[in-house]
Amino acid sequence: MEKVFPSGFRSSRRHFLRGAGAATLALSPAPAFADAMTKLPLPGGPDERPITTAFPQKGAVILQRTRPPLLETPFEVFDQSVLTPNDRFFVRWHWAVIPTAVNVDTFRLTVHGHVNQTLSLSLNDILALPRVELVAINQCSGNSRGYFQPRVPGGEWSHGAMGNARWTGVRLKDVLDRAGVKAGAIQVRFNGMDEPVVPDAPDFMKSLEIDHARDGEVMLAYAMNGAQMPLLNGFPLRLIVPGWYADYWVKMLNDIEVLDQPDTNYWTTTAYRIPDTPHANVRPGETGVKFVPISRMVPRSFITNIKEGDTLQVGASTLARGIAFGGDSGVSRVDFSSDDGKSWHDAALGTDEGKYSFRQWQHRFTPPAKGAQVLKVRCTNSGGEAQPDMPNWNPSGFMRNVIERTAVVVA
Amino acid sequence: MGRVLLPIALVAGVVFAPVCTRAQHPLSLKSVSVDLPPGADMFPNGPGADAVNNNCLACHSADMVLNQPALSKAQWQAQVNLMRTAYKAPIDTKDVDAILDYLVSIKGGK
Repeated sequence: MEKVFPSGFRSSRRHFLRGAGAATLALSPAPAFADAMTKLPLPGGPDERPITTAFPQKGAVILQRTRPPLLETPFEVFDQSVLTPNDRFFVRWHWAVIPTAVNVDTFRLTVHGHVNQTLSLSLNDILALPRVELVAINQCSGNSRGYFQPRVPGGEWSHGAMGNARWTGVRLKDVLDRAGVKAGAIQVRFNGMDEPVVPDAPDFMKSLEIDHARDGEVMLAYAMNGAQMPLLNGFPLRLIVPGWYADYWVKMLNDIEVLDQPDTNYWTTTAYRIPDTPHANVRPGETGVKFVPISRMVPRSFITNIKEGDTLQVGASTLARGIAFGGDSGVSRVDFSSDDGKSWHDAALGTDEGKYSFRQWQHRFTPPAKGAQVLKVRCTNSGGEAQPDMPNWNPSGFMRNVIERTAVVVA
Repeated sequence: MGRVLLPIALVAGVVFAPVCTRAQHPLSLKSVSVDLPPGADMFPNGPGADAVNNNCLACHSADMVLNQPALSKAQWQAQVNLMRTAYKAPIDTKDVDAILDYLVSIKGGK
């Protein structure tokens, strides 16, 4: 409880972390056990999940679904570093036909549609483009779905369908410029090498507006945290859409189509939609609500070193620490409460790794009296948006960002 | 399929900025070939288990269903419909009732 972040908490940590990003990967823990179970405190259950080490290029992760893989990052990983190690980074695939081999010599990325010239780019062509890096959070739209009440069907995630990585690759803008986007282009559609088992099922594709695609931040990444990206995270190329939910971050990207008409594919027009209401919140069963595509992320924060049910010592100086993120903007402040939200205290923030990154925070407090208590943490982003007091609800279990509570016992 | 570490200089040498930063160093990527767990476990025995095994396991492993919370029959009906209409699961019409009854029997709500 008394130790600070294993990775340190000094602002001078920047250079250490940059070197450590790669080193952490090489040394990342990979417990030998394969059959252990973990408990996710999902209301009503089932709450048991296997911890698995059976997936390639992956260490110990929570098995949500074997095929196509849904692998969750165990929550304690978020206490260990601001960057999520590649081998613990969550995995989510839609369709079960996933290429299990990538040949870096024969792979081609096709860029076509409303462009001056169709491109077929090798990985060497892409490596020859200006290389860029960005730290950004990749979070599933349905992260924490298992905490929705009433419960909703879907991947029953705890809070580990997210991760933060330093992505290395090229700007999408540079690739599009090389093809030459024609006047009248309105969207860009992205397709990966995964395929549905049933041939006439909708292939997984996502689209971005043309200006978003050309904003200079959206990337095609081939490496994360200083190492070649694991296949299950999208190697050889993954679309990086900073500040937006992970459904847009198309994996094994091999086809980019510039459109002069709106994309009407299933995954853009029908799936991944949220109520067009504050916090994407509706009452269960509510009808007549307009739905819109999910897009920008919203602020969240977590305590990572104190777990639900932990015992704290009365009168003892106690360190709480964790991570926060602003969503589509940076972290402005993090407030901590050790009395169920009656009083809030400004937490110290760790190194700023960029507005799309996790931001570590910490706060020292002294529990004054014995008994049950609730710890809370609240992030306010640089746009002034704070986490809400009340949980949202929608039929797909998307976009949870309520102030989370950690019930403890002071003894 | 060994993990290829980029030169440390790549991550250590760039100037920090909240948006993309440039870094130009030699970099090579390696071909990769992996095996994925088959996820071939069958559903627990019970009335309708054959219909579920025959119609559901082509696209996803059983754990997806077994990890779901208790859902009402109407919610399960909606899920089966979603699989058939949106995701084109070729479920034989005569199996639909058996699948639904099985799902309600193992994961039924109020």
